[in-house]
This record gives sequence, structure tokens and C-alpha cells, in this order.
Amino acid sequence: MRVALREVGIVGPGLTDWTSARAVLRGERPYVTAPIQARPLLGLPANEARRATLATRLALDAARQATTDTDRARLSSVFASSDGDMSLIDSLCRDIFQHCFPPSPTVFQNSVHNAVAGYWSIAEGCRQPSTSLAAGDGSFAAGLLEAATQVICTAGPALLVAFDQPAPELLHPHRPFGCAFACALLLEPATPDTALVRLDLALRAADDGNTQTPMRNPELEAMRRRNPAARALPLLTAIAADQDAAIQLPYWPDLRLDVRLSRGA
Amino acid sequence: MQRINQPTMPIAPARVRAYTLTTALGQGCNHHIQALTDMRPGLRASTMNEAPVPAWVGIVDALDDTHLPADLAEFDCRNNRLAELTLTGDDFIAKVLAARDAWGPTRIGLFLGTSTSGIRHTEQCYRRHFEQGTPGLGDDLRFDSTHAYVSLADYCRRRLGLRGPACVISTACSSGAKTFAAAHRALTAGLCDAAMVGGVDTLCLTTIMGFHALGLLSPQPCTPWGQGRAGISVGEGAAFALLELTGAGEDLALLGYGESTDAYHITSPHPDGIGAELAMRSALASAGLTAGEIDYINLHGTGTPANDLSEDRAVTAVFGAAPIASATKGWTGHTLGASGAVEAVLSLLCLQHGLLPGTLNTTTLDPALSVRPIRRSRRQPIMRALSNSFGFAGNNCALVFGRI
Repeated sequence: MRVALREVGIVGPGLTDWTSARAVLRGERPYVTAPIQARPLLGLPANEARRATLATRLALDAARQATTDTDRARLSSVFASSDGDMSLIDSLCRDIFQHCFPPSPTVFQNSVHNAVAGYWSIAEGCRQPSTSLAAGDGSFAAGLLEAATQVICTAGPALLVAFDQPAPELLHPHRPFGCAFACALLLEPATPDTALVRLDLALRAADDGNTQTPMRNPELEAMRRRNPAARALPLLTAIAADQDAAIQLPYWPDLRLDVRLSRGA
Repeated sequence: MQRINQPTMPIAPARVRAYTLTTALGQGCNHHIQALTDMRPGLRASTMNEAPVPAWVGIVDALDDTHLPADLAEFDCRNNRLAELTLTGDDFIAKVLAARDAWGPTRIGLFLGTSTSGIRHTEQCYRRHFEQGTPGLGDDLRFDSTHAYVSLADYCRRRLGLRGPACVISTACSSGAKTFAAAHRALTAGLCDAAMVGGVDTLCLTTIMGFHALGLLSPQPCTPWGQGRAGISVGEGAAFALLELTGAGEDLALLGYGESTDAYHITSPHPDGIGAELAMRSALASAGLTAGEIDYINLHGTGTPANDLSEDRAVTAVFGAAPIASATKGWTGHTLGASGAVEAVLSLLCLQHGLLPGTLNTTTLDPALSVRPIRRSRRQPIMRALSNSFGFAGNNCALVFGRI
């Protein structure tokens, strides 16, 4: 299954945007960790902006980076996240069992997995199909597959956004993430004469043991291993390097997603 | 009207090789046919002590006595029990295993919807922590195999020995419907040769109390399209289907799907139903059908004032004022992330048995609404049905089923 890659977005600790992250991933600048920063939201009405969570801010930041040069209202979208915003579930459960209050309506409405996608659609005025999905540690691969099949079936563009963030104190030991991370890929049909990077996707049984492309930098490898959305890092690194490459992404324990990158004509 | 990104038209029909469902009406198709025929309700007044709010709920009683296979005990939670109970209905497991053996386990896709997965189990761990002062939430939380969205797909994948592409779609109340669309894409793109789809959602406190906090929970059994309707009744439910693009002979099939987003508000639907209308038009276009070729509409019909008004405007814009339609949530309650799959399977039952379900509980139709849903179930052969599902954050999906 072949698609073309138009643009990329990224937000992670020490990776503030694609332009600067690209230099780090190419090895031209050292990786220096730093607290993640959520830039101001663009496009949302004040009421929605006030209600938007950190997960929404990071996801929309990455999405905006990947859609600077396109009509965003035309984009089908896929939002992939293993566990969404676990602080909302924590808040709902604390309201009910600790404070014995009815939960906050705003927290409840934000707790649906597709709330982030909803905020994005409102910010961009986009009424196109949108799918929010999860596949645990394979969520990025699942999202990439779904976005690619949308591109294939509609012969149109699709935006993939992946994000995950650490859980609050009580849930953290049960789903320990190292940091927050979000990234976005804008995909479109691969025409024979495209000058864009082409991605060829193939499912492979993961029985051979060699199932995931790691990061060379230990800090980035730790980031990759401790956030499902950051499982995208090897693919993003290959994109940054602008060279042909073969990347193995984790999907299910017995199944991986192989991505071959090649530069168009 | 805006153009929606949709598949190259018309899509190839996806044959429905098997289907089953479990709701408050019972396990399997026969209980549902019987209940719909007899106008027998599934809702009862809530007696959940932890959710002290006036509400009616659709409960699957058998879950208390449902057990997962011993080697999958780590997945034990109410949601996976409902998945297990539902799988064992209507020979569904045997039909999936036959497809697995015919195509190979890596060639069966799995696309399932849920809104809250096993959160009920997490709630109990929070309750214990705060009531008994236990340290942390406890090792028996088993987050990955209960709470996590992926737990539902992971459970079914292991239970059925599938090794193909799989994910959980969670777009609130359109989740279960969208699995049919995602599966059709995966089949079309050649990622798999057969695909199991569906949805599973179980009662939990965060949902009941959350809808109550939003003022959307009806203190009486929900009355879709009714005058003075007061909101939803929540139910638990699950439905599964098995789809294939290949085959010959007469069959029930997924003929079309349409998806859209409101881009309007996180909890309120667009007042004019713009997104819903886009989804229905896209579903018809992908099926290569006109509105006049649809014999029956299974409305989303939640019973909240705003939802039904919005859907009424959308349906009227597409079908005119007099389509044959009904809402079935008065029977099952709103099964949320499963509802799109539950109502897809109810639509398949309508096609299979020539039965049009009425709209239970609704005695006086809202005079402000144009569509006049049928109130009492009746026998009437139909060729094609459209099922609507609309979720929070303005996520819409319409499916078209028919005979081929």
C-alpha cells in the first residue's frame, strides 16, 4: 500500500517543532531534553479553547505544523492514541468516589476518546470523516494504516495525528509513560511522478524476533519506548534524513508494520 | 452542500457472513426478534446504589455469571464478559473460526468499537482506594487488559486466534458503526480477506453520572421523537458481524457507508443536522442509491430534545418528511459505543425477517418534528435499510444494508 507524505508535525520534550526537531533527528544538532511546551491554540473559539486539555493542545499543535500549506477543511483525519487523556478518567473517578460529587460536565465531555478530534474539527471548520482509534503500544501503526487506507479508498488526503501523555499519580504505575508526545503526518495519494517521500506499508508476521527499529540516541530511544505515539520516532527520523529507508513499527506482538521510504522523482 | 471525502463509488458490497448481538433484550438474534415483535421492553428503573440518580437502564443480567476462558482470565471485566457472552451467540465463533481457517489467521481483520472499554473495573479500584484507604489502585486493576481501549480487541483477537490487523475505534456513539467503514476500507485495500466488526459497551458510573451532569439522562424510559422527551436511557450491549467482499449468491450486505464531522460543538449536535445530512448523503452515494431506494431508516433517535431535532432536520432534508423510520433505543437503551453496531445488526434482522421495529415508549410524537417514526412493530419485507449513528464531538456515521 503506497501513499505520499506531504508534511510532518512533532511536539515532544526538547522537540518543539518539525523544523528544529528535524535537525536533531538528522544528528546535526544534539538532543537536549526540555519540558514540553504547548503553544497557544489557533482557530478555536474562546469557550472551546478554555476547555481544551493538554492532550488537545499538543495534538492540535502537531496537526497545525503538518497542515501549513493545505486546505485543512478538505482533510479526512485519523487520531491515534493508546489511552487518550487519563487525567480526565482520574478526575471523573475522584469526583464520584473521593468528593462524592457529580462529575464536571466539561470533564465528562472531554473524556470521550474523540474529543481531541472534535476540537480539531471545530478549530479548522472541517466536516470531513474523522476516526479516533487505539491499539495500545501499536496505536501509531494502527493510525498510519487507517490513514493510508483512507487515502487509498478516497483518492484524497488524510491527516494522521498521534498523541499520548502520562497518566496522573494513581493510574501512572499501571500505564507508565515517560513523557507526553504528539506527531502528525499529512498523507496523500502517491502519483507516479510525485516528488514527495513515498511510504510503502506492509504487514509482516512478527515471528522473527526482530520487530522494531530502535532509535540510536539513548534518550530518544527511551522516549520511543515509553510513549506509544513516540513509536513514530524512527519513521520521523528516516523522514528527516531524507534517504531511502526501511522502518519496522510495532503493531501487535505477533504483527508489525513495515514502512519503506523512498524519494519520488 | 459541502463535498465529503468518500470512497470511489459505488463501493463493492461487503457480504455479511455472520452476525449476533446481546442487549438487555437477551443474548442472540432470536430474543431480539421476539422482543421487537411482542413490543417487550428491555429497560428497567436503575437500582445502582453508586449512581443515585433517577434513570432507566438496559442491563445484561447474565454478565454476573459469565466467565472468560481460564487462559484469558487477566481480561476479566464487565466489558470483556459482554464481548464473551455475545461471541457465543448465533454460532458466531464457529463462523469466525471457519473464515480464519479458510483465509488464514493473519488475513482476518478485527475492528471493534467502544466508548468506555473496561472503565467500570477501574471505577471499582478507585472506589476501594477511597473507601478503604488502600494504597494505590491495586495490582488487580490489570490496566492493559481491562481499562485500556485496546483490551477489547486484544481479548477478541486472542479468544478467536486471529493475527491480522486490529484496532479499537472510539468515537463515542458512532464507534460501532464506524467499524463497518474501517473494515470495508481494509478489505478494499487488501489488508485482509475477512473482517470482524462490532461494538461493546457496558454500564459504568462515569457514564451515568456524566450524562446526568450534562442534564441528558431521562428520569423515565427514553421516548425517542416523543413530545416532552427528557433525554437518554443508557444500556449495555454488544454486536458483532463478519464481512467479506467475495462470494456469490443471495446475501445480506453492507452496501454503503458515510462519515462526517459536525465541526460545531463537543456535546451538542449541529442544530440543522448538517453533519448528519452529509453522512447520510455520502452513505447513499457510496451505495449508488437514491434516497427513494431506502425502505427503512433506523434512526439514531436518542431521545434528547436537541439530538432528535437535529436528526429530524437532517433526515427530512435527505428523505423528505415521510420515510419509514423508527428508533430502537426505547428497547435497548442507548448502548453508546456499541449502539452503531447493535443497530446495524437490528437493521440486518429487519432485512432478514421482514420486521419493522416500532418506537417503544413513545406515545405522543413531538409535533415539532417532521419525520413520523412508526410506533408499533409490523411485518413488512424490505430490501434496503439505513442506520444512523451520531456521537459526541460531532462524529457521524450512516450505514446502508441490503439484499444482494
